[in-house]
This record gives sequence, C-alpha cells and structure tokens, in this order.
Amino acid sequence: MSAIVEVRDIHKRFGENEVLKGVSFEIRKGEVVAIIGQSGSGKSTALRCINHLETINNGSIKVCGHEIGSPRIDLRQLRQDVGIVFQSYNLFPHLTVRQNIMLALRHVKKMARTACEERAERVLRMVGLWEKADNYPEQLSGGQQQRVAIARSLAMEPQVMLFDEVTSALDPQLTGEVLRVIEDLASRGMTMILVTHEMAFARRVADKVIYMYQGLVWETGGPEILDNPQTQELRDFVGTGL
Amino acid sequence: MDSFTFVQFEYMLKGVGWTLILSAISFVLGSVGGFGVMLARVSQIAAVRFVTSFFIQVIQGIPLLVLLFIVYFGVGIFGLSVPPLVAASIALMIYVSAFLGEIWRGSVQSVEKTQWEASECLGFTRWQSLRLVIIPQAIKLSLPSTVGFLVQVIKSTSLASVVGFVELTRAGQIINNSLFQPFLVFALVGVLYFFLCYPLSMWSRAMERRLNVGNR
Repeated sequence: MSAIVEVRDIHKRFGENEVLKGVSFEIRKGEVVAIIGQSGSGKSTALRCINHLETINNGSIKVCGHEIGSPRIDLRQLRQDVGIVFQSYNLFPHLTVRQNIMLALRHVKKMARTACEERAERVLRMVGLWEKADNYPEQLSGGQQQRVAIARSLAMEPQVMLFDEVTSALDPQLTGEVLRVIEDLASRGMTMILVTHEMAFARRVADKVIYMYQGLVWETGGPEILDNPQTQELRDFVGTGL
Repeated sequence: MDSFTFVQFEYMLKGVGWTLILSAISFVLGSVGGFGVMLARVSQIAAVRFVTSFFIQVIQGIPLLVLLFIVYFGVGIFGLSVPPLVAASIALMIYVSAFLGEIWRGSVQSVEKTQWEASECLGFTRWQSLRLVIIPQAIKLSLPSTVGFLVQVIKSTSLASVVGFVELTRAGQIINNSLFQPFLVFALVGVLYFFLCYPLSMWSRAMERRLNVGNR
C-alpha cells in the first residue's frame, strides 16, 4: 500500500532555534503511528506541520495528495482530510456538544440539517457521550470534553487523524476513557498519528513508533523498539518512563 | 419674573426625549461603523490595519466638541447647511465608531488563539471562524464595556447643545435664560441625566460581575 503521509527532510526554525533538523517518515493507510520523545524534541511541531498549522522552512510533506508548501494548496480541503485533536480540547464554549459537532458539518461540508444531526448522533454514540449532546463543554469533565473533541474531528470523516498529546492535561482515570476511544478508532482502521507520553498505550496500539530526539528521527520501528532500544537515548528515555 | 412650573418641566422632558433619540442614533450608526472598524483592525492586510489605526488615533485625539464644530461648520464650507440633529449624529457616529471599534477589537483579540486554531483546523474560512466562533464569544466579553460606553455617549450628547440642537442640556439653558435660576435648573438637568445613566451603569456592573464569576 502506498503512503498517505510522506514527510521528507523537513526543517523548521523558530527564529534562531531550529526545532526540526531534517525529519522524514512515511505513514501508510490504516497505520497507527506513535511519535514519542522528550519535551522539546520537536514531535508536536512535526505533527502540526502535517496539517499546515506550522509552515516548514525546508523539505516537503505530502498528505492525502496535498503537497504542503505548494502555493496552490487548498488548505480548506487539506483540513477536511486531516483531522486534529489538541491537548487543550479547544471545544467552542458557547455551543452545546451537539452544536460543536454540527457547526463545521453545516458550514464547511454544507450538509443538510437532518444529515448533520444524524452524523452528530453517530459520532457521539461512538465516543459514548450521546446523552451529553445538549450539555455545554464547561459542564463536562476533561476526559468527556476530549472525547467530544475527538467526535467533532471524526464527524468530518478525515482520512488521517492527528492527536497532539491529547491526554497530557488529564488525570490517569480520565486518560483511560480517552485512550479507549482512540483504541476503538484504531480497530476500525483509522489512520492515526499520535504524539504521546503514554508508553504502554503506544506499545499496545501503535503499528509503528517514531522516537524523536533533538529535532531528528532518532529511532523508528515497530513497538518492539520500546522493549529493545538500539540507541542509548531511547534506552534512557524508556528507562525514565518506567 | 417667571417661576419654574410644569410647563418648563415638560419642556425639559422633551429635551430628555431628544437626548435619547440622539443617543440611539449615534449608538446604532456608531455600532455599524464600530463593527467595520473592528473588522479592519483585525484584518490580515497590514495597510488596512494601519489606516484604521490612524483614523482611531485621530478621532481619539480630538475633543468631541471640536469634532462637532468641524462637522457642523465644515459641511457649511461645501455650501450645504445641515440641521443640528444631522450634524450631531454624524459627529457622534464617527466618535462612537472609533471607540466601540477599539473596545470590540480588544474583545475579539482576547478570545483564545486556540479557538482560531480549532476552527481553522475544521476547515472554516477566516470570515466563518470570526462569525461563527470568535464573535459570539467576543460579544459576551465586550458587553459590560459596551454598555459602559453607552453611558458615555448619553452624557456626550449634551455637547450637541453648542450647535443649537435642543436636547436636555440645551433645554435647560433655554429655560434658564428666561428664569435666571441656574442652580435649580441645572441641578434638575443633572438629576435627569443621572436617572438615564444610573440603570445602565448598574447593568454594566452586574454583567461584569457575572462575567468574572464565569471566568473563575
């Protein structure tokens, strides 16, 4: 199968600080990829480059046929093909859960109201929050808000989903319920890239693990690299995680 | 010498009516203008931001009284004579646009950046993000200061008296010219302004309190 995400030698600088120093990787359709590494290793930046939230200085990224960095790129289509879920949920506080999900379906996908409602129900049932459809985000726990954020992104039927440290703001109990939703998506064959600190989860769910170190892909392979690291840096990283 | 009777008081109440009408016109027109100013101030085009910012600096740097004279007598240079109400409305509209525009820009920019990011990532255009996500949240943030500013507008309409528009202050002056009881007349004028403004101030404060509770 061909790659759905192709990252080739990307560089990203914030002023003097080079955060990505030539990162390359490929992701095939249906794969679940975990990007791990210390804070500041560039993993979130790499993820954000994939849907053009950050612009790259050098290199190329191809996602679902979109050439990122090309002047003729259709950003709105890219955003519909690539969903992202953030650490801070970023739900719209002035809308109910159901409205949060329907807003982009109505105004971006231009779907009819009844079709939007049906899809909102489907994705909310999928994340187990249908009964919260008419609540406002502030009435939900962090874990529930994050599940709504996943449902909102899912409703757009993206081809690839990006997860940017989605459990980092949650306590362990709430982390579990969010991870179960992601695992469920994985079993349905969704292509996903997860930046995560949850080693056990990465080991269990990921088809591929990318370990980043100081702006480079340091080690990559199946989840078994976590048990049997080839580099000292990953050994240290996995060691501190235990 | 005449004394203060119900006839004078009735004349004053009529003045209150015109004060309210002028306030409403300025506020409505100024809101439309202010919305435009706000949009221009958050524009992605630097030149648009710069020009608007210059406009705001100019208006905020001129006393409203002078602005009124400029509009009232300035239009005369072009051979047009405008009624005092029109001149006052135009001057106040310009003034309100500049100030409300800045208040609203502040509210739009105080909505978290991540809300922009989230809507961008769902495929909204910039205008859709602004309209569907950012502005609804900004309105809530801006309400207390907007109503607070409305109180300023009501009081500022008293300046329209200098171009001969008979609102509350001018009505007081006219009555005083025949009665020569300035303390009584202007105390009464002050009381009437107070009754117009006080409820609005209270409303604004109550909203502010509620907003702060929500942010806790």
